Amino acid sequence: MPSTARSSSVSIQNLTLEVERRGAGTPLLLLAGEEQLEREAPFVDALAKQFDVIIPSLPGFGVSDRPDWIANADDISYILLDLLDELDLSDVTVLGCSFGGWVAAEMAVKNTSRISRLVLVDAYGIKVRGPYDRDIMDIWTSHPAEVAAAKWADAEKAKRDFSQMNDEQLTVVARNIESFARFAWDPYMHNPKLKQRLHRIDVPALLIWGEKDGIVDTAYGEAYANLIPGAKFATIAGAGHYPHLEAPDSFLAALHPFIN
Amino acid sequence: MLAWHFTEMPYPNLPPLESLSTMRVSLSNQHYDPMVGADLYNRYLDEYMIADDLGLNLLCNEHHQTATCIDVAAPLTAAILARQTSKGRICILGNPVANRGDPLRIAEEMAMIDCISRGRLDVGFVRGVPYEIFAANTNPTQTVERLWEGIDLCVKAWTTTEGPFNFEGRFTHRRAINLWPRPYQTPHPAVWITGSSDLDNIKKAAARGYVFATFLQPHAKVKWMFDGYRSAFRDTGLPGGGGTAYMPLVYTADTEEEAEKGARELTWYLAAKSEPQYRNPPGYVPVEFNVNALKGTFTGRTDAMRQKSLEFLKEEGVMVYGTPDSVAEQIKRLYNLVGGFDHLLMMQQAGSLDHARTVKSMTLFAKEVYPQIKDLARTKPLEMAAAAE
Repeated sequence: MPSTARSSSVSIQNLTLEVERRGAGTPLLLLAGEEQLEREAPFVDALAKQFDVIIPSLPGFGVSDRPDWIANADDISYILLDLLDELDLSDVTVLGCSFGGWVAAEMAVKNTSRISRLVLVDAYGIKVRGPYDRDIMDIWTSHPAEVAAAKWADAEKAKRDFSQMNDEQLTVVARNIESFARFAWDPYMHNPKLKQRLHRIDVPALLIWGEKDGIVDTAYGEAYANLIPGAKFATIAGAGHYPHLEAPDSFLAALHPFIN
Repeated sequence: MLAWHFTEMPYPNLPPLESLSTMRVSLSNQHYDPMVGADLYNRYLDEYMIADDLGLNLLCNEHHQTATCIDVAAPLTAAILARQTSKGRICILGNPVANRGDPLRIAEEMAMIDCISRGRLDVGFVRGVPYEIFAANTNPTQTVERLWEGIDLCVKAWTTTEGPFNFEGRFTHRRAINLWPRPYQTPHPAVWITGSSDLDNIKKAAARGYVFATFLQPHAKVKWMFDGYRSAFRDTGLPGGGGTAYMPLVYTADTEEEAEKGARELTWYLAAKSEPQYRNPPGYVPVEFNVNALKGTFTGRTDAMRQKSLEFLKEEGVMVYGTPDSVAEQIKRLYNLVGGFDHLLMMQQAGSLDHARTVKSMTLFAKEVYPQIKDLARTKPLEMAAAAE
């Protein structure tokens, strides 16, 4: 964690959110993926040179609370909109990855008064095809090795050395796994209503997709982009589900024209 | 002590087990032959009827999408037994209320079976083992909450005679609940709960006067759980009922050699394979357990038991096998080691153990072992035992 990082907890509706801030500039709300691998990623430092990067742990992730009433990404999006109010932010770029991308889309269909742009990176959230079609790889009935191969262009990158983590860190890992299942088990990684709401998004949107994403493929990403008025779609070569982690330079190059 | 006959109704006619990566959830049903299944169902039901004739009680359960258990609807088995047997008690252990998601349908079915059997039904509830999550597609992170909300609603429905009443809980919303039929037994059939590690759950079962049952665990762990149950009973000074139940694999034979051979066949159940993604769905166990899983120090019960020798399993009380006198001695030893228990649940059939040998073992048990253990005192909470003296 760079020395400029500032951690705090913010209380919203009796629930405590862990919020980290890095850098200075116009605000950029970074909604991490379900594994929260973004926290240590180099692309965040690059963004912090230009933005006031605000990284909340979503309810149930990191050490943020998870009250029982929060059941899905739709519920979480209200908490995040409350966070923008609480911090009194405006002109916010919202960048969400994977599960965080789904939450970002759920925010943008509700209220964009504090949001200026939306970036979704290999996001979940919609069901594209019919009931017998598997739009999103079932990570919970697939062998862990197959999931790793689908998620990363280089499956070696999926390996995390848990033996080097202390109990506090392992608790976060276990909590993230559990909370992701709480919110995304059924309906599986989508909100059946979101597809019908995406037309409401009235800020510029960019969807960035890893070319080798085997969890949600580029056809899924394109279908997602086509549902958001005026959205642009870009792919990143040599990257899977986490292009911002696997190919940060190409990712930042794709992002740059959109945020400037 | 009450003894219960149990089989999971396995489908053992599979390709060589070494060639399969799993026997659960995703083993293709092309391996299921309905003609073989028809024979197996009828055979297992025949064995329950024989058990009833022998004076044993009858325990059934259900699982889904697995060759280890083709009883996919325990209420159907119990309903058949309610009509076709006449003596033994019938226990479903249990209704997977968390996964089934319709507590009132369960309450109705149990009340109907209780009436057909004229009050011979005990009603167990289970949270469901990890791999059951996939067939039911229940959210794995809240099965405990679903279990207890479901049980409490069932009991409320059985015992409310001045309804209708409404219920708007966390998982179930129903209007005008008014159970027809009511259960035969008053206020309601005995309720059983299973568990394997969660002491809070065990104490909750004790607090409600429910029977607590556990399966295939080393005796020290069984004692730890039963002590927890008994202490909760003592602490809260609760109403009567309740009790403890333990299930080992049991095989009784004329000779030790024959018994060992039978016992070896029963270990088919312990060896049942599944793929890693089905063993610990996310959030099925608490975060603390999963921290240990990430460290590699928590692997679950079945894995721990799978590789052990027959001798070891016998020593731990997970398997009970031998001549009738030896089986009686092993049960008495187990009884003393765990601080006493009330129900001996016997998996007397598993894998490809055939009909003739299953019946032989059941018969020897009923005629020569059961009389030796029947009078073992029912365990009581300490305070109640003291008050009785």
